[in-house]
Amino acid sequence: MELIGILIIIIGFAMKLDTIAVVVVAGISTGLVANMNIAEILTTLGEAFVANRVTCLFLITIPVIGLCERYGLKEKAVMLIKKASKLSAGKLLSGYTLIRETTIGMGVTLGGHPQFVRPLVSPMAEGAIVAKYGDKVEEKDIEKIKAYSAASDNVGNFFAQNVFIANAGVLLIASTLEGMGMPVDTLQVSKVAFPVAIIAFILWTIQNTLLDKRMQSKYADNRKNARGEQ
Amino acid sequence: MDITQLSNLLLEIFYIMIGLFMGITMVFTLKDKQHKTRIGTALFWGILAVIFMAGNYIPSMIVGVLVVIIAILSATKQINIGTLKQLDETFTTLKAEKLGLKIFIPSLSIAIIAMLVAQFTPFSGTVAIGISAICALIIAFVITKAKPKELLEDTNRTYQSIGSFAILPQLLASLGVLFTSAGVGDKIASIISNVIPSGNALIGVITYCVGMALFTMIMGNAFAAFAVITVGIGAPFVFAVGGDPIICGTLALTAGYCGTLLTPMAANFNMLPAALLEMKDKNGVIKAQAPIALLLLAAHIVLMYFWGF
Repeated sequence: MELIGILIIIIGFAMKLDTIAVVVVAGISTGLVANMNIAEILTTLGEAFVANRVTCLFLITIPVIGLCERYGLKEKAVMLIKKASKLSAGKLLSGYTLIRETTIGMGVTLGGHPQFVRPLVSPMAEGAIVAKYGDKVEEKDIEKIKAYSAASDNVGNFFAQNVFIANAGVLLIASTLEGMGMPVDTLQVSKVAFPVAIIAFILWTIQNTLLDKRMQSKYADNRKNARGEQ
Repeated sequence: MDITQLSNLLLEIFYIMIGLFMGITMVFTLKDKQHKTRIGTALFWGILAVIFMAGNYIPSMIVGVLVVIIAILSATKQINIGTLKQLDETFTTLKAEKLGLKIFIPSLSIAIIAMLVAQFTPFSGTVAIGISAICALIIAFVITKAKPKELLEDTNRTYQSIGSFAILPQLLASLGVLFTSAGVGDKIASIISNVIPSGNALIGVITYCVGMALFTMIMGNAFAAFAVITVGIGAPFVFAVGGDPIICGTLALTAGYCGTLLTPMAANFNMLPAALLEMKDKNGVIKAQAPIALLLLAAHIVLMYFWGF
C-alpha cells in the first residue's frame, strides 16, 4: 500500500496528466496510506517545499541570460556556427554537441530543437551531405541525418548540464541526498559530472564518425560514376 | 556572525530576489489584458513569490495548502504563457554585430565566478550561485548599457517561458521527503531485496543504474525517477554497502538520462524533433540515440562501481 504514490506517479506521467498535480496527489496519497492525518501531510509538504527552495536557485541566473539574449547572445552564436559550414556532417554534428556541452556546462541554454536544430543544425548537416555527395543521397539517409541532428542536441544537453553547479538537476541531487541526511556541496556534484560529459562527447563523436564513414563508402563510388558519366 | 549564519542570510536574500522576480512576472501577467487565464497565472506567480520571500515566517501547514492550490491551478490549466513581447530581431542582430564576443561575458561570468567562489572561499556552491548571478547582472548592465526596464521585461519573458516547470524539481524533492517519512524507501528496499541479494556492491550498482534508466523510460522524467529510486535502491543497496552518495547519486541521475534517450515518453526531446524535422519515422531520433544510450549506461555502471567505492 505504501507504494501507491509511485503507482500514481508512473500512471500519471505515462498518461501525460498534469505533472504538478500528479506529484502533489502522489505525495498526499502516500501520506494518507501511511496513516498521517491531513494536517501532518500538509505540514510535511510545506516544510519540505520551503526547505527545498534551494532547487529553484537556478532561477536567479535566468534574468541575466534573458537580458543577454536581448543584446544578441543567440544571434552571435549563430554567426559563429555558420562559419563552420565546410565540415562533414558528422564533424559538424560533433562540433554542435561540443558547443552545446560547453554552453550548458556554464548554465547557458544555447540550443534546443525548435530554436537551433530545426532552423540551423539539421539544414547545415543535410547541406553538408548533399554538397559532398550530390543529389543522389537517398531519402532514408537524409532522415538519418535529421535524427542525428536532434540526437546531437539531446546528448550535449543531457550529459553536460550537471557540470554547471546551479543546474536544476544538480540542486535536485543535493537536496534529495540532504533530505536523506547526507550533506552535499553542489561543487562536488559538478566535479563528478565532468567525466560523464567527456565520455558522452567521445562516444557521440565515434558514432558520428561511423556515420561519416558509412556515407563515404555508400556514396563515394556514386560520385566517381557521376563524374565518369560527365 | 559565523560563515553558516552568513550563508543562510545570503541564501534568504537570494530567495527574496527570486521572489521579487516572480512578483514582477505576476505584475506583468495582471497587466496582460489579453491573457485568457490572467488571474490563475498571476495567482501562481504570486503564491510562489510569497513562499520564496517569506517561506520561513509562514506556518508550514499554510505553505502546504498553498502548494495544493498551485496543484489545482495547474490541473485546471490555469497556468499559461501570456502575450510576451518577443525580442526585436533587427535589434538583437544589430547588437550581436556591435557587441561581438563581449555578449558572452555575463553568461561566462556566472559559471566562472560561481566556480571560483565555491573553490576558494568558505561559501558553499549554492551561495556561490547567488553571488555569481548578482555579479553577472552588474557586468551585463555595464556591457550592454541596458535600461532597468528591459531587465524587468526579460525577467517576465524568461520566467513565463519556464512556467510551472520551474517548481517541478522542488516539488519532486519534497515528494522524496514525504516518501521517506511514509516509509516508501524501506518498502521498495524490502521488495527488491527479495529479488536481488543485498550487500553486493556490483549488483547494487547495476540495479541502481538500470533501475534509474527503466523508471525514467516509463515515466519520461529522470527527476521523478531519481527521487524514488535513490530512496528505494540507492540508499539501501549502494550507499549502505559503502558507495559514496555524491559520486553514485550524481552518476545515477545521468544513468536516468540514458533512459530519456530511449523513450517516446520524453516527447519534448524525442518525438517533438521528429515532428519538427518532418521525419517519416517518428521513432527515428530514438533509434539514432540507442547505441550511445546503451554504451553510456554501461559506462555509468563501470564508473559507479570503480569510482564510487
